[in-house]
Amino acid sequence: MLEVKNVDAGYGSTVILQDISLHVEPGEVVTIVGANGAGKTTLLRTISGLVKPRTGAITFEGKDITKLEAHDTVDRGITLIPEGRQLFPDMTVRDNLLMGAYCRHARDYQDDTLHEVLELFPRLRERLDQHASSLSGGEQQMVAIARGMMARPKILMFDEPSLGLAPIIVSQVFEVIAQVAATGTTVLIVEQNVFHTLKAADRGYVLENGRMVLTDDADALLQNDHVRQAYLGI
Amino acid sequence: MDTFLQIVANGLMLGGLFAIVAVGLTLIFGIVKVINFAHGEFLMVGMYLTFLLSTGLDVHPYLTAAAVAPALFVLGALTQRLLIQPLMSARDEHVQIFATVGLSTALMNLALLVFGADIANTPAHGVRSQVMLGEVRILTGQLWVFGAAILLVIALQLFMKKTRTGRAIRATAQNRAAARLMGINDKFIYVLTFGLGAACVGLGSSLIAPLYPTSPTIGTYFVLIAFVCVVLGGLGSIPGAFFGALVIGLVDALSGFYIGSDLREAVVFTIFLLILILKPSGLFGTRMTQSHVSP
Ligand SMILES: Nc1ncnc2c1ncn2[C@@H]1O[C@H](COP(=O)(O)OP(=O)(O)O)[C@@H](O)[C@H]1O
Ligand SMILES: [Mg+2]
Repeated sequence: MLEVKNVDAGYGSTVILQDISLHVEPGEVVTIVGANGAGKTTLLRTISGLVKPRTGAITFEGKDITKLEAHDTVDRGITLIPEGRQLFPDMTVRDNLLMGAYCRHARDYQDDTLHEVLELFPRLRERLDQHASSLSGGEQQMVAIARGMMARPKILMFDEPSLGLAPIIVSQVFEVIAQVAATGTTVLIVEQNVFHTLKAADRGYVLENGRMVLTDDADALLQNDHVRQAYLGI
Repeated sequence: MDTFLQIVANGLMLGGLFAIVAVGLTLIFGIVKVINFAHGEFLMVGMYLTFLLSTGLDVHPYLTAAAVAPALFVLGALTQRLLIQPLMSARDEHVQIFATVGLSTALMNLALLVFGADIANTPAHGVRSQVMLGEVRILTGQLWVFGAAILLVIALQLFMKKTRTGRAIRATAQNRAAARLMGINDKFIYVLTFGLGAACVGLGSSLIAPLYPTSPTIGTYFVLIAFVCVVLGGLGSIPGAFFGALVIGLVDALSGFYIGSDLREAVVFTIFLLILILKPSGLFGTRMTQSHVSP
């Protein structure tokens, strides 16, 4: 479904990602784990089109999307829930969610999708008319996820959804991700919270200093010596 | 008392006029984050277009707004697309300011070349006739400008709050990268917004032309005052610009009468400097959380 082939990418003259390859199949939950600064965010941004690859190719459903702008990849069905939530602070929760349904294929279903999404996040229903900036961190993360779902994506990418959240909220976030996956949406998660994420995923990649160093089934990675030492502290 | 009321009325009418120029300026600043120093020359171009169309076709100058506003939309959109957008990635934001100052000078000189330094008088078609509101005398054209300014502010607010495109414009201003992730074409939004801001002053120019003689330098005066209104109202706030314009209109009229007409502008700009020093977010302004830097 999504295939990244030998991609190099970075900012300005700095190369961050080197020779990255990965693939995600329909219905899978795939995770990319790695330390702070490994290049996880850069990789998701490159897939989204916010960062352009220098070399290599990205295809989605068999079509080349390497050079597409970010707003075009959304129209293809690729949605990124960015790190740090990136809500529209001075807009209401409702307007934030409606912005999620801005892309062409989601527009016409906007009201139905909003209804579905609010079923999943009943607490947001009471907050619909509040400004996004007035919400707690956990609630803001829920809005960010709900906004991503409003786009009715084929693949939903999460960039560190648990960052800065209390442990109990982290569990809720992962429950929601499981529910998203259960609806058949393909999921790609990037996390530093390695244990939680590998538990939730089918397969995983390990990213270190901009290079993919390891890939395997999630269960196998949980048993892997390197992963246990470097990321799980066992 | 009658004199005082008359001066207040004059001030409010003047405020409406400033408002209709300031609204587009604050829209462009609030969304595109560019101070359009050519805004006054947009007004000047619109006034010349109004003059040419209304004399050439012998129609009421207000009717020409149907052509002038779209023409100014195109001028604004092209300015963003061809001048500002190529400079947006420039490290130094001042480059964009120089660009609009350059455009301002270029348009002014173009007008001098085409029309000469003489003034052009757009036919009034009755809008310079007076009406009495109680004890107060007002030009009908001033009333139209005032009403149009109010309608424009309301229409823009509704557009920004209630339409999908309006929401997309606000979203782009609040978080450009996130807006792109929603599927919003940010470059298109900037072109559209610059066009809309210019169209607003285009509408204004058709209403102002029959009241003021048009000259190549007419924009300079208006844009400076409009800039003061925008700062007073809080940069980027559309209702703020409107109320800021009313305040400046009143200050202008009252100081012109009680202090001396030579000192009007000195008073207005003193107030401007005081605001910049004491309350830079403006009288009605809120915190600006907006950035066009795409991280
Ligand atoms: N906008 C940027 N410009 C320049 N360098 C950046 C930018 N964003 C991130 N980097 C650098 O790229 C590297 C990888 O960052 P990032 O992709 O955010 O890693 P991760 O998400 O894994 O923590 C870091 O060294 C970081 O300093
Ligand atoms: Mg990151």
